[in-house]
Amino acid sequence: MHQSPAPSPQPRAPTHRAFPTHWPARIGWILLAIYVVWAVGQLDVTWARFAAGIDNAAKFLGRMFPPDAGGDKWESLLIGMKESLQITFIATLLGIALSLPIGLMAARNLMPAWVVWPARGLIAVSRSFHEVVVAIIFVKAVGFGAIAGIGALVIGSIGFVSKLFAEAIEEINPKQVEAIRATGASFMSVVLFGVLPQVFSRFLGFATYQFDSNLRHSTMIGIVGAGGIGGTLFAAFQRFDYDFVCAILIAIIALIMLGEVLSSFVRALFTENLSVIEWFRRRFGQTEPERRDRALGAMEGS
Amino acid sequence: MSAALPGTAAEREWVRHTPEQRILRFGFYFVCVAAVVWSLKTIEIIPEFLYDAPAQLKDFFVRMWPMDAAYYPKSVHGALIETLNIATLGTLICLAFALPVGILSARNLVPFWPINLAAKFVLVASRSVNTLVWALLFIGIFGPGALAGTMAIAFRSVGFVGKLFGEALEESHRGPVEALTATGASKASIFLKGYWPQVKPAFWSIALFRWDINVRESAVLGLVGAGGIGMAMDTAMNLFRWDQVAVVLSAVFVVVIAAEVAVTLIRRRLI
Repeated sequence: MHQSPAPSPQPRAPTHRAFPTHWPARIGWILLAIYVVWAVGQLDVTWARFAAGIDNAAKFLGRMFPPDAGGDKWESLLIGMKESLQITFIATLLGIALSLPIGLMAARNLMPAWVVWPARGLIAVSRSFHEVVVAIIFVKAVGFGAIAGIGALVIGSIGFVSKLFAEAIEEINPKQVEAIRATGASFMSVVLFGVLPQVFSRFLGFATYQFDSNLRHSTMIGIVGAGGIGGTLFAAFQRFDYDFVCAILIAIIALIMLGEVLSSFVRALFTENLSVIEWFRRRFGQTEPERRDRALGAMEGS
Repeated sequence: MSAALPGTAAEREWVRHTPEQRILRFGFYFVCVAAVVWSLKTIEIIPEFLYDAPAQLKDFFVRMWPMDAAYYPKSVHGALIETLNIATLGTLICLAFALPVGILSARNLVPFWPINLAAKFVLVASRSVNTLVWALLFIGIFGPGALAGTMAIAFRSVGFVGKLFGEALEESHRGPVEALTATGASKASIFLKGYWPQVKPAFWSIALFRWDINVRESAVLGLVGAGGIGMAMDTAMNLFRWDQVAVVLSAVFVVVIAAEVAVTLIRRRLI
């Protein structure tokens, strides 16, 4: 049986490639590369400096270990941590208490424009400066110490919580609000029974997140004199007392991780109605996949 | 959720929370109140400082005005560019680290849990240390300057970007991945054509979000000596030149708002 082989079809020039070159993206990458070269030049990053840094790092780490907080260092560590905690508690309470009305005022679906825009302006101003910069202003106004730190963290909390709270309120289901309004309820009742139940669980999330964030910042604002462990840390750093720096850092990280575990428990308690046993079972489960999940879960943070 | 008490339908009473939940909630409120009361009672406040706070604040704003506009071209402009460079380079370096660590932390991509755990540990360690503390550490290593600031921004951001990127990977759909696996594609092809297109929008929006945060954070790095506009502010403050501090603060304000607007615009185009 012989049959001339069918003429193989001429390979046509491909009219459409599966993954065509994306020229705008390619140009973007080239521009980015040019920028990186320029910026690295601007920052005076040289290989020699980098290599010298690696040497310094070894010396630096060598002086940090073992961490040391003996004698009166332990005392000043405890005082600083205590003050950081006080700042966190008071600032979180005040910040959340103030964020509720401000967030409500900034929600466009509940309030007229002349209320919304001043509230949004206030939120924008509180958000745009880092807590440490705000702390500088408060240190000037009310002097060194914890009260300046509280002021700075309250401003930071207002910026974060009220913005997200306002956005959460804008996303609520209007039907429940209309239903409550139709009964002739007052404005306060509409907010209490129509709005707040819908946003409560999200608000709780923002509040616990802000607690964590305040805890982190309360350990830093001391650098500019606004109270807390940060002042002790910066002083130790400037004295080249690196083993004490290391001890303070360990204490700060332990505190922050404890705060994260606590706030994850509070979230579970209120949003999933978890009991203590259930929560422990999830965290410290016994079967192999449970143990693995627990180990991974312990690593979850903000 | 609710505790259905035993008994006939007539005697059954609906209770929203079990007794244990009620005790826990009450305990939570109690602990909150106790913590605040303890803080208010023991915190050290010097009342004399509070009495003259309004006067001090007024003095602060009076001395800020008029702003020393000549300070801007002299010291602020260069520092501002340096701040933006620190934030951008720091974010880029962080992306280079966060991509691999994020992939290693994703349970569906690397189904070997000790590696997931190690990657998650790296991410948590990076997040638990504040940018300013990272800056102090890198000043100890590289000496004061923008290099320390850039590395501080990069090391703090790895945890944030890596965590969110890893979560985005874990949430990606299995369909395209299975289809590619069935064709016998290599691991690299599966990642590039199966996972990456799914997580690309999330990745870029996380990176942009972090860049926005980094612009804010790099403005304070200078206070500990890690370069950028904070150095200009620190100098002006140490000299009590509040009219110059006002220039710096306004510059930071404008840049932060501009960065936020830019991020919103780019994100709208990308996603």
